[in-house]
Amino acid sequence: MSRSGGDASAGVAAETLCVGAGSGEVLRLDEPLSLWGGTDLATGVIIDVHHPQHGISIAGRVLVMTASRGSSSSSSVLAEQIRAGVAPAAILLGSRDAILTLGAIAAAEVYQVQLPIVLMDAAAIAMVPASGLVEVRATEEEASVSW
Amino acid sequence: MSASVALHLTAEDEAKLDGSWGEGMAMAMRIVVALARLSQAPRLIDVATAHIDGCLYHGQAGLDFAERLVELGATVAVPTTLNVSSLDLLHPGLVRLDPSEAVPARRLMDAYVALGARATWTCAPYQISSRPEFGTDIAWAESNAIVFANSVLGARTARYGDFMDIAAAITGRAPYIGLHVAANRVPTLEIDCSAIAGRALATDAAWAALGFAVGRAAADEVCILTGIDPVQVDEDRLKALGSTAASSGGVALFHVAGSTPEAVVAGVAWPAPGTRKVALTAGDLRAARDELTTAAGAGERLDAVSLGTPHFSLTEFERLAGVLADGVPFDPECQVWISTSRAVLAAAREQGYAEVCERAGARFVVDTCTYLVPILADSVKTAMTTSGKWAWYAPGNLGIDVVFGTLDECVASARSGRVVRDESEWG
Repeated sequence: MSRSGGDASAGVAAETLCVGAGSGEVLRLDEPLSLWGGTDLATGVIIDVHHPQHGISIAGRVLVMTASRGSSSSSSVLAEQIRAGVAPAAILLGSRDAILTLGAIAAAEVYQVQLPIVLMDAAAIAMVPASGLVEVRATEEEASVSW
Repeated sequence: MSASVALHLTAEDEAKLDGSWGEGMAMAMRIVVALARLSQAPRLIDVATAHIDGCLYHGQAGLDFAERLVELGATVAVPTTLNVSSLDLLHPGLVRLDPSEAVPARRLMDAYVALGARATWTCAPYQISSRPEFGTDIAWAESNAIVFANSVLGARTARYGDFMDIAAAITGRAPYIGLHVAANRVPTLEIDCSAIAGRALATDAAWAALGFAVGRAAADEVCILTGIDPVQVDEDRLKALGSTAASSGGVALFHVAGSTPEAVVAGVAWPAPGTRKVALTAGDLRAARDELTTAAGAGERLDAVSLGTPHFSLTEFERLAGVLADGVPFDPECQVWISTSRAVLAAAREQGYAEVCERAGARFVVDTCTYLVPILADSVKTAMTTSGKWAWYAPGNLGIDVVFGTLDECVASARSGRVVRDESEWG
C-alpha cells in the first residue's frame, strides 16, 4: 500500500467515509475515547479522567482511532465541535464508526464544513507515524493519507 | 480496502433523494443514504415507527440541524415518539439550567414537535401507547429503548442515534443492516444463570445487577440467558436488565430462554450447539452491586434517592406505593426524586399511587431525567438508586457518589437519612 519508503514523504490509501481534506499534527489515541462525556464541547480537550491522554486537545489534530467507543450522542458532540471550530482536522478510523461519521455528515449539511473521515485496515493504520504532520484527502472515489 | 457494496435504491428512494419530495426530504434522505453506504447496506427498508433521541440539547449544532429540517418543510412520515429533553415543561424551574442552555434546549423541543413528532418526552416509549409489533422494522434511538424494543418486544431496530433517528422518521426508510437482519439476531453467547437461586432474582435491582454482568460478558454480542424461571420475568425487570447491559456493555439485543418472544419462537433451537457459554452466580450480582456503588456504603449519610431511570412505569409506582402504604415519611434531609413520563405520571395520579409517594415526601420529574441535567440540590454528595444505568452515569455526569440498592433498601435509607444495606435481599 505504501507509495514510497521512509524518507521525506510516505502515504497509504484509505476508504472515504466522509469527504473532505485536512492536515494537522497527528494524535494517536492510546485508548478508545467517547467524544460525548470524554471531550469538552467548546474546546475539544479530552476531559475523561480515566483516559491516558486526558488534558490533550483533539482540536486541529489528525485523530487516529483504532477502536471506537461510546454513546450515540457523540454524533452531536462532533457536529458541535465542527461548528465551534474545535474539531479534529481529520479522523482516521479502524472501524466503520457510524456515530462519528454521522456527526460529520450532519455538520456538512448545516455548515458546509467538510471534516474528512477515512477507514483504514490495521496494517495501514499502523504505518501512520506517532507524531508529525499528516495530510488526509478524501473524495467520493478515493482517499489518501500522507506524511 | 474491501470493495464497497453497491447500494440499491428504489425509484421512490431516488425521487426522495433528488428533491422531488421537497428539500427537507432530500436532506433527510442524504443522511440515510450516507449511513447505508458507510455501513455497506445492500438496500433500504421501510420502518414502521421512530423514536428520537436527538431532542436532548448537546449544543447549537443539534438545534441548527433540526431547525434546518423545519425550514426546509420536512415532516415525519411514520409515528414518531420523542426521548427525554433537557427540561421539565410541567414543572418549570425544576431543572436549574442557565438560560444560555435552557432557551436553545426549549427551541430544540419545539423544532422536533414542529417536525410532527409526539411530545412524549420519555426514554420508555414502550410504556405508552402504540408499541411496535413483533418482527416489525423500526428506527429507534437511545440505548435502553433500542434494547427493550429488540429484546422484549421482538421488533427490529439497529442502533440509531442523533441525526439518523429523525432522518429515518422523515424518510420512513433505513439501511438494511445490523439487527434488521434476522441472521444477526441469533445468540452467539449463552449466559447460564441456573446457578443463581430464585431468591437472588427476587428484586428488580438484582436484574439491573444481572444486566451489569451481562453487559460485561457480552460487550456488543447478542446473548441468550438460560436457566431463568419465566415466572420471575416481567417487563420492569427486563427494562432494568437491558438498560444496565446497554450501559456497562453495548448490548442492543438479548434473549431470555423461555421468556422473550424470539427465544420462545426458537425454543430448544437456541442456544445452538457449540455456542460459547459463560456462567453467572449470585456472587457476580453482588460484585456488580458493589461495582455500581462508589460511596462507602452502609451507615453513611444519604442526601438523595433517585428512582425511574429508565422512566418509572405504572407497575413500579404501584409497587412503591405498596411499600409506602404504612405512611412512614422520608427523612426531610433526604430528597427523593422519581423520573417518569407525563403519561405514566397521569396514570399514577389516577390510580392514587402518586399521592402516596408525595405524602411520603417524593417529588416527580417528567420530560427529562435526574442524571442528565441539574435537578438534585447542589448540596447532594451521596445519592442512592435502584437503577444500574443511573448508578453508572451519575458519578461522572453529576460529580456525586452513588449507592446502588434495592427498592426496599432505598426506601429504608430515605427514611433514616443513612444508607441501609440488607444483605438478605442479595441472595
